[in-house]
Amino acid sequence: MRSSKVRVVHRFAVATALAALATAGVAAQGRGAQAPAGTAQPAAPAAPTAKAGAPFDITGTWVSVVTEDWRWRMVTPPKGDYASIPLNMAAKKVGDAWDPAKDEAAGDQCKGYGAPGVMRQPGRLRITWQDDNTLKVETDAGTQTRLLHFGDWKAAEGSQPSRQGDTVAQWETPPAGRGAAAPPRIGNLKTVTTRLQPGYLRKNGVPYSEKATLTEYWDLLRQPSGDQWIVITTIVEDPTYLTRTWITSLNFKREPNGAKWDPSPCSAR
Amino acid sequence: MTRAALRGLVAAAVAAAVATGVARPAAAQGQVEAAQAALQGRSVDLSGTWANRLHEDSIERAPGPHIGDYTGLPINDEARAVADAYQVSMQNMPERQCILYTSQYIVMGPQNLRIEQELDPISGAVREFHLSGTVDRAPHVIYMDGRPHPSASAPHTPGGFSTGVWEGQQLKVRTTHLKAGMVWRNGVPHSDRATMTEYYIRHGNLLTVTMILEDPVYWEEPFIRNATFELDANTRVLPEPCEPQVEIPRAAGEVPHYLPGANLYLSDYAKMYNLPLDAARGGAATTYPEYAKKLRAGYTAPGKCPVYCCTGTTIAAMGNNQGACREDDAPATPAPGPAAATPAQGRQGR
Repeated sequence: MRSSKVRVVHRFAVATALAALATAGVAAQGRGAQAPAGTAQPAAPAAPTAKAGAPFDITGTWVSVVTEDWRWRMVTPPKGDYASIPLNMAAKKVGDAWDPAKDEAAGDQCKGYGAPGVMRQPGRLRITWQDDNTLKVETDAGTQTRLLHFGDWKAAEGSQPSRQGDTVAQWETPPAGRGAAAPPRIGNLKTVTTRLQPGYLRKNGVPYSEKATLTEYWDLLRQPSGDQWIVITTIVEDPTYLTRTWITSLNFKREPNGAKWDPSPCSAR
Repeated sequence: MTRAALRGLVAAAVAAAVATGVARPAAAQGQVEAAQAALQGRSVDLSGTWANRLHEDSIERAPGPHIGDYTGLPINDEARAVADAYQVSMQNMPERQCILYTSQYIVMGPQNLRIEQELDPISGAVREFHLSGTVDRAPHVIYMDGRPHPSASAPHTPGGFSTGVWEGQQLKVRTTHLKAGMVWRNGVPHSDRATMTEYYIRHGNLLTVTMILEDPVYWEEPFIRNATFELDANTRVLPEPCEPQVEIPRAAGEVPHYLPGANLYLSDYAKMYNLPLDAARGGAATTYPEYAKKLRAGYTAPGKCPVYCCTGTTIAAMGNNQGACREDDAPATPAPGPAAATPAQGRQGR
């Protein structure tokens, strides 16, 4: 049986703890903040630039470690291999007609290196700030460049759909708490890419159309060992060729430098 | 209130006090940010039923990997030796039919996921997460009250011992005390010295689970995998109790296996896809772009997809383990022949 002194100490500790937690609970939510479960909201007050408001440093060189879908990513799979992708019959028809020689003849070797496909290629990403509101993501596989535009960026009038499409980006950070001097340095990157040229989800001719939308959530994971990973949850929607959204997730490990950066051209095969 | 719970509460209170400025020294901004980060997770609700969409590795996760397919797995020779000796018929033994997959199977298996959270009635904070919903996979409890992991000599279980912390809006889970288990259903193992770090990240109605498995016995490098689930109140998450039965009469003590060098099927998978045998044998080096460049230089794909060409991408579609989704697709079970690798299904393909 515990002594009355112990009970008093416990009561005091509990009371103190609850009082502090109650205060913190209000503060953590921010005034009037009511974020839906699992849905991060833009931070307030807004940082002056995307670069200044970044909740984590995403710049550097990142290598894809291919531990999933290995046979579909490390080599070009055989014709007609559609496993895992929710295709419709129209897509299957296009895939069945895939001919890499025709793509080469037409100068279309890069159809498998559009934004929805290139991130799945084994390779490295080099991420830098092109300016205060634009992240540049270069891939050494296929030597492609994606630009992630923050803020109220709009595509130039009259511009055409492109291999990498138009990408708008935002940091998703939780609401700042009351009394917080600055937005908390936590959160993720969300990007949405549209206005894509038709291309391949998989190099063996599995198609996506110009109506495809690519949504990506970029999360930084920190290991106790000091290793850092980016995991990109990837959602492709395409009313032309998919029966439902195609959801995958990719992992890239941070490298200490760009010494292994090794650009290579697109290949249709 | 238990002492452990009390300790957690007081620790949280100290963090909260720092976060709200009650005890904030001028130079404590880093601590404030850390405390705020720890509190942010409280706004994330992970509870619910989550559907597994099988949009990656659907063959490995649903019907089962082929015998001798270790692609993408950073395993060492010890692991290969164990997997090479594995015979799926071993799972028919009554004493083995109900052995649970260890908790790493959340990202390796085909099944759906239910997450329940037990709340502290006073603070509202999550005290424990309970992950369940599938047969064969160990119950997985994640303690959130800051309790320490048990001593190294404590018993190991299929579920292991898991503690979680919020890092921002990511739930980071550390698991120790796992029993030895199977990572892929073609016998690729992990040992009882394996530890696991998981990250549960919710984006709207999507839940991405990243697992990093470390094993000094069988793995050359940490093994990272992801699975993304979709919140779906109508998804099938049924309790399916396992009841062992005699499926194949055997002499007492007979354990199906291959002796070293006696498994004649190990190269079938590589032959079927024109891969060099080294690629199919796995290893850390085979997961990096440098290996892809070397491999592609001399690679020619088969002229046609040989098997599992159009696998379904939901549990229901995979239910019959056939995988051919249209009449004109190649059959799931290829005609017998020298390159007809046999998927290592086992346990009804789970």
